[in-house]
Amino acid sequence: MIELRDVSHAYGDRPVLRGISLDLTEHRIGIIGANGSGKSSLARTLNGLVVPDSGTVRVDGRDTRRDPRAARRRVGFVFSDASTQILMPTVAEDVALGLRRAGLTADETRTRVDAVLDRHGLLDHRDHPAHLLSGGQKQMLALASVLVTKPDVLVCDEPTTLLDMHNARVIERTLRSLPQRLVLLTHQLDMLQGFDRVLVMDGGRVVFDGAPDEATAHYTALMDARAASMEPSNQGERA
Amino acid sequence: MNVLGLFVPGRSVLHRLPAGAKLLGLLALVTVLVVLDDHRAGLVATPAAALACLAAYPASGLGLRRPLRLLLPLLPFLAVIALFQTLTGDPRAAFRVCLLLVAAVLAAGLVTFTTRVSAMLDLFERLARPLAPLGVRPDRVALVLALTVRSVPMVAAAWQESRDACAARGLPAWPHLTVVPVIVGMIRTAEAMGEAMTARGVD
Ligand SMILES: Nc1ncnc2c1ncn2[C@@H]1O[C@H](COP(=O)(O)OP(=O)(O)O)[C@@H](O)[C@H]1O
Ligand SMILES: [Mg+2]
Repeated sequence: MIELRDVSHAYGDRPVLRGISLDLTEHRIGIIGANGSGKSSLARTLNGLVVPDSGTVRVDGRDTRRDPRAARRRVGFVFSDASTQILMPTVAEDVALGLRRAGLTADETRTRVDAVLDRHGLLDHRDHPAHLLSGGQKQMLALASVLVTKPDVLVCDEPTTLLDMHNARVIERTLRSLPQRLVLLTHQLDMLQGFDRVLVMDGGRVVFDGAPDEATAHYTALMDARAASMEPSNQGERA
Repeated sequence: MNVLGLFVPGRSVLHRLPAGAKLLGLLALVTVLVVLDDHRAGLVATPAAALACLAAYPASGLGLRRPLRLLLPLLPFLAVIALFQTLTGDPRAAFRVCLLLVAAVLAAGLVTFTTRVSAMLDLFERLARPLAPLGVRPDRVALVLALTVRSVPMVAAAWQESRDACAARGLPAWPHLTVVPVIVGMIRTAEAMGEAMTARGVD
């Protein structure tokens, strides 16, 4: 369980999170919102990558300010750009990297790495240079490299934004099949079907919190209203 | 541009030898050949070593194209050395020095083709261990080396992208147009990689 209490954060004098309180317990949670609304900043607080200026984030009762490592062990994080997440030269080495501190023998590591690669369709590529994989395979590798450490929760920040439709679908199906709890940030609203809860963010606040259909309707209405206010005929009124 | 594609998976004897043994072997071979170079034995040992190294490629499942591709860029240098040594009146030395270089390059290639980067890194990690009391963290040393190796294709890709961006706008890839975007891109990438390392608990 992840608890946020009155979380606020600013970069310089620019507030990006404003007084957010949430209990994240559901199996699948979506977060949507315009670019710059604060989704990524909120997601980064969940595993202590960002420690908020004020307020607390607790992962299974542990404050990310005091013990960010504990939070990171429980909360895995996948970013949009797989190429910056892959840290080792070959596929299997990258997956094994997360296990370096796990105190496993070489054989145990290999078994676990191969099992994860097999589950995600990468076993045939285990010794390939990671930078030669396709975009979809890279994102799958990034996912596998996080899953091998068996986190309780997986936070994915727009994991399919850079992918074509086919690869996006493959990643989506994989995410849906995971036993882990999932927090998914996305602009692809159809990915949120069947989610237990969807948050809509705007200007650093959670402006809607509820079922997927209602959340996407709320978000769409919000964006329509904003786009309308940007049309030339309305510019005079705004100024 | 396939620096990291060098390792070729296989199950040959060379593949199964530990990285340390192979590096030591390489060092020993080159040392012996250099020492013998001044002696008559070198006239036999050096060509024999070069041939043996060449033969080890197909024997290790690496074929013959790889060693030939390794040697190709060496040819102009060999030609210059051979010419120079022959002109200074020592055609035998030309023969020996050229074959010595060929043997060394082929042997180094054998090590790189049959050794995983991670095995190399583990070795460096072990080698750095005696430095631990001085405050050096061996796992960090290995990680930094790995990231350096990993960054080579990324820098190359950033250059290529920047050149393409110039070309797309009908400009030649003048350095003053490409340097800044490449550096900015690399800093961004470095930041993102740093964050990914933290997220994955390997910082
Ligand atoms: N490291 C940072 N330094 C300064 N400003 C940042 C940083 N990260 C994000 N921001 C700013 O914070 C705001 C919210 O960003 P972000 O959380 O990434 O939103 P989203 O993911 O919804 O697009 C944006 O205006 C962004 O420019
Ligand atoms: Mg974002």
